Amino acid sequence: MAVIKVKRPELNAGEKFYLGAIVKGFFITMKHAVASLRNKTRGAKDMASSGLGATMQFPEQKWDDHMPEYYRGAPALVTDEQDRERCVSCQLCEFICPPKAIAIIPGEIPSDDPWAKVEKRPKEFDIDMTRCIYCGMCEEVCPEQAIYLRKDYLISGLSRAEMVHDKKRLYEIGGKRIGLVNKWNELK
Amino acid sequence: MDLFITIAIILIKVIGLTFLVVLPLVPISVYFERRFSAIIQDRVGPNRVGIPLTLFGAKKDLSFFGLIQPMADGLKLFLKEDFTPVHVRKSFYWLAPALTVIPALVTVCVVPFGSPITIGGREIDLVIADLDVGPLFIFAISSLTVYGITLAGWSSNSKFPFIGGVRSTAQMISYEICLGLSIIPVLLWYGELNLSNIVEAQSANGWLLLPLWGESAPWNNGGDYSAWIFWIPAFIAFLIFTISIFAETNRMPFDLPECETELVGGYHTEYSSMKFAMFFMGEYAAMVIGSALIVTMFLGGWSLPFNWDSILQDTEGNWLWFSGLVHLGVFMTKLVAFILFFILVRWTVPRFRYDQLMRLGWVIFFEAALINVFLAALIIAAPELKAVATITGAVVLVVVSAALIWVLKVSDKKEAPNSGLLG
Repeated sequence: MAVIKVKRPELNAGEKFYLGAIVKGFFITMKHAVASLRNKTRGAKDMASSGLGATMQFPEQKWDDHMPEYYRGAPALVTDEQDRERCVSCQLCEFICPPKAIAIIPGEIPSDDPWAKVEKRPKEFDIDMTRCIYCGMCEEVCPEQAIYLRKDYLISGLSRAEMVHDKKRLYEIGGKRIGLVNKWNELK
Repeated sequence: MDLFITIAIILIKVIGLTFLVVLPLVPISVYFERRFSAIIQDRVGPNRVGIPLTLFGAKKDLSFFGLIQPMADGLKLFLKEDFTPVHVRKSFYWLAPALTVIPALVTVCVVPFGSPITIGGREIDLVIADLDVGPLFIFAISSLTVYGITLAGWSSNSKFPFIGGVRSTAQMISYEICLGLSIIPVLLWYGELNLSNIVEAQSANGWLLLPLWGESAPWNNGGDYSAWIFWIPAFIAFLIFTISIFAETNRMPFDLPECETELVGGYHTEYSSMKFAMFFMGEYAAMVIGSALIVTMFLGGWSLPFNWDSILQDTEGNWLWFSGLVHLGVFMTKLVAFILFFILVRWTVPRFRYDQLMRLGWVIFFEAALINVFLAALIIAAPELKAVATITGAVVLVVVSAALIWVLKVSDKKEAPNSGLLG
């Protein structure tokens, strides 16, 4: 292997004196200070900065309008056009979930129900948001397009119990989703 | 009765100037440090802590741009557990924080904060002790701070604080000399060691770094350019003195005793609660005093520029009764501006390596300050001397400086090129 000896660059007299570099440094720091006071910091616009630097100041300003397309927030269940629960409680998401945040108790659909042919729906569907890692595997694995990661990111509670999203809450977040593949009805 | 009033005035001055002027500057400079650093780094900084009016039923809190933040920090430090590790040497461990704060606060007493105020026919100087050896007193006392740091490092009985303490000692030795030598030109120029008189002279005859009015301007003194020529050694002195003050107050780029990135917390690693707060306060008080000294000697102290001070004087040249307060405000403004400069430097210049710092102190600044003393002396003496003597002096000075630079160059051992494992 050839040995390449790298020489240190020779400094000229001005560079050896350092003062020029220090003055340049002053200009850079001052440029940043002035820019952040004038709200001209690089990236301030994309970040919806508060007007000082690139920082978004939270309770007054929120990410809501600036969320990227691919953002993965809280997982939620959705209903279809006819308000049928899309989930058939196959429990695939429960098994794939890496942190085991999902707990499903499957329930049978009674035979007098118009959707009796679907046979199953969840009786209980809990997602423990203190465990959820927002990986999106549940969404990926769902054969029924029933669970989606929404853009909700402000999930807070005063107790552990509050942090567990039950079925009602999940449908509340998820809402109705139109235009998905329809397996069980005549809509195409 | 007269004695009683004199003592009362002294007490009021001590309490007022230390506790109402200098100590409040400490939290203010902490606040500025945090806000200005944040702005330089494209952040916001503490802007929330204020008076929580919502607790009393109001609609909105009063935030004051977060000015109350340092108070909240102080309160937090008060309420924290004052923990003394078992392995420390207790007496020195307890003594060290006090040894860093007290010298910083004692030096306040010779700084002139403004022109005299007249109350009830009694002229009160806005300086606690009008010593005739002002700068020397400050050097003597403020160099004691290093004992606090060294003792803290040693008594903590732990490795990183110890390294911090040792570094502090070495730093102090290399900077005290140029700190003292660098202001000799200033003292030669004024022929005076009394800070109040130095400021009065600058007020009337132009600041040392801005000689544009009064006696120092050539259009007022019959074409004498010596004050303008003296600007060169004055500026060199200003540079060396400012940089030495940075080292003296352990600020970036010379914060070797505490440098968080290398030594955890440096000398105050083992300290908590109010003892830590005292180190913190001592550091910022030293910074305030350092800037006060620079402002006083080079930038006109409390005086307004361009002889605007004459507006505050009556026809006989006596200060109007309120001029002291105006000057106090001017002094504070200059002080805060200089503290902002300290912060700007902190985020501009990276930390020096240990050996680089020693080299800068011993090899470069020491020599530069020495040459500067002779240059200043020559400029001051030139009007008295004959042309031949002046030129001879200048030639000798150039030869001596060239010889010094040559010696430096020759004695500087050339490092072997780093060829790594290839040897």
